[in-house]
Amino acid sequence: MGPAAGVARHRAVVRATHWINAACFLALAVSGVAILIAHPRFYWGWTGYFDTPAAFELPLAVNLDQTGWGRNVHFLAAWITVFNGLVYVGWGMAAKHFRDLPGYSLLQKLAYLSVVFLLLPLMILSGLTMSPGITSAHPELFVLFGGRQSARTIHFLLGNLLMVFLIGHVAMTVFTGFGRNMRAMISARES
Amino acid sequence: MISRRRWLAGAPAAGGLLLSGCKESLPPTYGSLFGLSDALTFAAHRLLLRNQPLAREFPRDQISKNFPAINTIDPVDRDYQELRAGHFVDWRLSVEGLVANPGELSVADLKAFPSRTQVTLHCCEQGWSAIAEWTGVQLSRVLQAAGTEARARYVVFYTVDGWWDSLDMFDALHPQTLLAYGMNGGELPVKHGAPVRLRVERQLGYKNLKYVGGIKVTDRLDDIEDGTGANGVAHGYPWYAGI
Repeated sequence: MGPAAGVARHRAVVRATHWINAACFLALAVSGVAILIAHPRFYWGWTGYFDTPAAFELPLAVNLDQTGWGRNVHFLAAWITVFNGLVYVGWGMAAKHFRDLPGYSLLQKLAYLSVVFLLLPLMILSGLTMSPGITSAHPELFVLFGGRQSARTIHFLLGNLLMVFLIGHVAMTVFTGFGRNMRAMISARES
Repeated sequence: MISRRRWLAGAPAAGGLLLSGCKESLPPTYGSLFGLSDALTFAAHRLLLRNQPLAREFPRDQISKNFPAINTIDPVDRDYQELRAGHFVDWRLSVEGLVANPGELSVADLKAFPSRTQVTLHCCEQGWSAIAEWTGVQLSRVLQAAGTEARARYVVFYTVDGWWDSLDMFDALHPQTLLAYGMNGGELPVKHGAPVRLRVERQLGYKNLKYVGGIKVTDRLDDIEDGTGANGVAHGYPWYAGI
């Protein structure tokens, strides 16, 4: 059942959640960088600070003045991402959206499903593992990620993986007809 | 895994918090869009932490070798320097506000209370974290001795280097909230806030004020300083730092 011209290719809920997610992704990526440049060193385990060896270090100038707005934007966008994601996944489950993805290759399906059901949940959980409040109620998060600094490192690496996915995702829309794809995701009409 | 029944049981509590929050539970710093997400985080934490769990405590052998000291590491305040020269014998912590017994406490007075020692992870908002052992008196004991009035809802802290911040009673009365005078088995070093610093283990490092000089018990924050609950708020650091 290929999408015919003039017929909605994407449901309204998919289009709405897609663009909310896109805006949040951008906000989270930018604010994430603002947060990490306060301490662009990454560690494994529980602790990590100026005197301890880093697992790896980014060649970025330390800037301590961007974490205020950085954290505020990051947490606001994270909350919206979570609510938006719940709407998307909740609708998708009810509508069997994830079982029936016509017109996509196996590789595409795997990529999209692993982002929705693996990468994004791990992103949220590794983020929460950096919260001293949440981990007092749920110390099992520390077990999952092997400590607070490990969670921070995993959060950063997963963020990079998501960025790679985003680049691939945008490249695909360009290579398969950018105008047509954008129209489909904005107005539901391909032509 | 949280059971559905347990979650449902907790849901009205969260709703109540959010509803009453506008006038009762939330500090007066929430007005912007960021305030909305801060309020969501605050309400979610109050629900998740409603049984007052303890932050993780570590064995002593995990104590960090060289715990970072940032911001003020040696207050220039002349009175402070004199007190330091006298090994803080004449130092006093003022306790005022909505208490039956306002007054001043020396380090010896604080040490006369039963002590608590905890090895915990300090989580700096910059991104680093380090483990240290803290010894001190639970803030709840000091407040109990001072006799807080029933309408008291916040404890405001003032430091000798000009910082001020506050906790609501939920965090102020938590067993791990300490006025710490010892670190890693010795006296609290000057660079870490001697003679007394605050430990609030379920919030980020910036709530753990060093060089605490006075505490004030109050039922409202809007008439304290700029009314935001903490002097970090004006610089983008939320009052509630449980994240």
